[in-house]
Amino acid sequence: MDKSKYKMLRVRELIMHIIFLVAACASVLSVGLICVFLFANGIPAMGEIGVFDFLMGVKWKPGNDIYGILPMILGSIYVTAGAIVIGVPIGILTAIFMAHFCPKRLYKVLKPAVDLLAGIPSIVYGFFGLVVLVPFVRAQFGGDGTSILTASILLGIMILPSVIGVSESAIRAVPESYYEGGLALGASHERSVFFAVVPAAKSGILAGVILGIGRAIGETMAVMMVAGNQPRVPGSILEGVRTMTTNIVLEMGYAADLHREALIATAVVLFVFILLINLTFSILKRRGM
Amino acid sequence: MATATSGKQTLPAINQQTWRQRMGSYKRTPLSFLLFLLVSLSAIATVAVLVLLVGYILIKGIPNLNPSLFAWTYNSENVSMMPALINTILMVALSLLIAAPVGIFSAIYLVEYAKRGNKLVELIRLTAETLSGIPSIVYGLFGALFFVKAMGWKLSLLSGACTLAIMILPLIMRTTEEALKAVPDSYREGSFGLGAGRVRTVFRIILPSAVPGILAGIILSIGRIVGESAALIFSAGTMAAVPHSVFDSARTLSVHMYCLYSEGLHTEQMAATAVILLIIVIGINAVSNLVAKKITKG
Repeated sequence: MDKSKYKMLRVRELIMHIIFLVAACASVLSVGLICVFLFANGIPAMGEIGVFDFLMGVKWKPGNDIYGILPMILGSIYVTAGAIVIGVPIGILTAIFMAHFCPKRLYKVLKPAVDLLAGIPSIVYGFFGLVVLVPFVRAQFGGDGTSILTASILLGIMILPSVIGVSESAIRAVPESYYEGGLALGASHERSVFFAVVPAAKSGILAGVILGIGRAIGETMAVMMVAGNQPRVPGSILEGVRTMTTNIVLEMGYAADLHREALIATAVVLFVFILLINLTFSILKRRGM
Repeated sequence: MATATSGKQTLPAINQQTWRQRMGSYKRTPLSFLLFLLVSLSAIATVAVLVLLVGYILIKGIPNLNPSLFAWTYNSENVSMMPALINTILMVALSLLIAAPVGIFSAIYLVEYAKRGNKLVELIRLTAETLSGIPSIVYGLFGALFFVKAMGWKLSLLSGACTLAIMILPLIMRTTEEALKAVPDSYREGSFGLGAGRVRTVFRIILPSAVPGILAGIILSIGRIVGESAALIFSAGTMAAVPHSVFDSARTLSVHMYCLYSEGLHTEQMAATAVILLIIVIGINAVSNLVAKKITKG
């Protein structure tokens, strides 16, 4: 091979190496930009309103320049907690069923069903909640139907695929010998699964739950359509509530000046919540492996 | 394989119980029966919810699907979803055009180029994980602050596509990485042994054999883009017309549904739109299952 051609090949290798490297940095760049733009636009508003007044204020009255997002923080926590109460037990038990009880033929139906549940757009979930769950809650529990309870049920359904997916793979990752050891000691199939296999998968299952929490706290559209969206601290689970996400999506369209910045600051608070949840998730996932 | 099916079936015949034996053992240990009942009921509940959801939307929506909803133009009397449908296709194409090369190239870097214990690799993984956890409304706000305002692209197809591209980036990266890792090392050794350089090995040997895995990731991303609404409202806007250029605002099908909701007058049309969205999602899932089958068959 003559020298110039060899040199050209070397240059081509180098150029492609750099292109791959630059592409790989795209995700770092994106996270950097998201942090910078959110914090740069949100933090000053927090300073202007007063950090304490902003985070602990119970009144949200943009017309009077009063911006307290405690009702929204509590709202997000309430609906997420409700979603966990409803979605997590069903999700984990379904995951156990899929990993250890399900006949092969049934699995071929169940797995795509769970995947489909994950793929349905949140706006479609919201529509379902609006036309099915809201009237149902209104008829069964009274009130006007848009409430913490309604949002919790809907979110509980929506986090099922996340919880099932991560828990199932965690349960499957437990060595078969745990199960066999249980059987050998005379435990029934169910007891071996529940008292030998599942406890060994607990950090993976917990990671699934955390992932579900992340999904629930970040969900916007579906919650907006069923939660009522009143910006006040709710007194019972049958009262309407507004979450941080819906606060942004409801008012961003027409907000200006400090109001707009207060909404971005709401996103900053939400973002910090999500970062903490993500961190917990990755720590648990690493430990599970 | 024991990992792919229920533990019971793969065990030796000595553990195969008949139905009657099983009932007998449940009589002796009622707790086992209770646990069995619990897991079965949960699985039934999960499936029942899906059937209820899909069934209800189909029953409610299909009667409302009439030809006028597919008219070429949208106006206040006839809230046609045709422009939104076309915009959805444009949005999918443009987002993938941006995200797919970046995602695939960065996965190539992570798998084929980066050395073990590289600090940069850890940072890339960490940020990709972070990206996959960020809620769509935060992406939407970022799109509004960065692409719409700072870059000056206004509410446009391009702003929306860039926002979504960042959103689906981690998904494409992860699936591509897994597909690349599944390519046996002997392929690489063979290629290097025959004197091919790194670039040639990547493009001629590794990528072609990783195509099904990469495709599966891209199909999943299409699903995410089609279903996304919160991230697009403030980045791509809600204009119900086919855009003339990438700098025009354009609503996708999901955003269309949100707009119908916020106008509060069009429940029937919302149901019809939900049916179309569901059909698209079911179609995408079916295709991705087909591709996944191809992967496992090799």
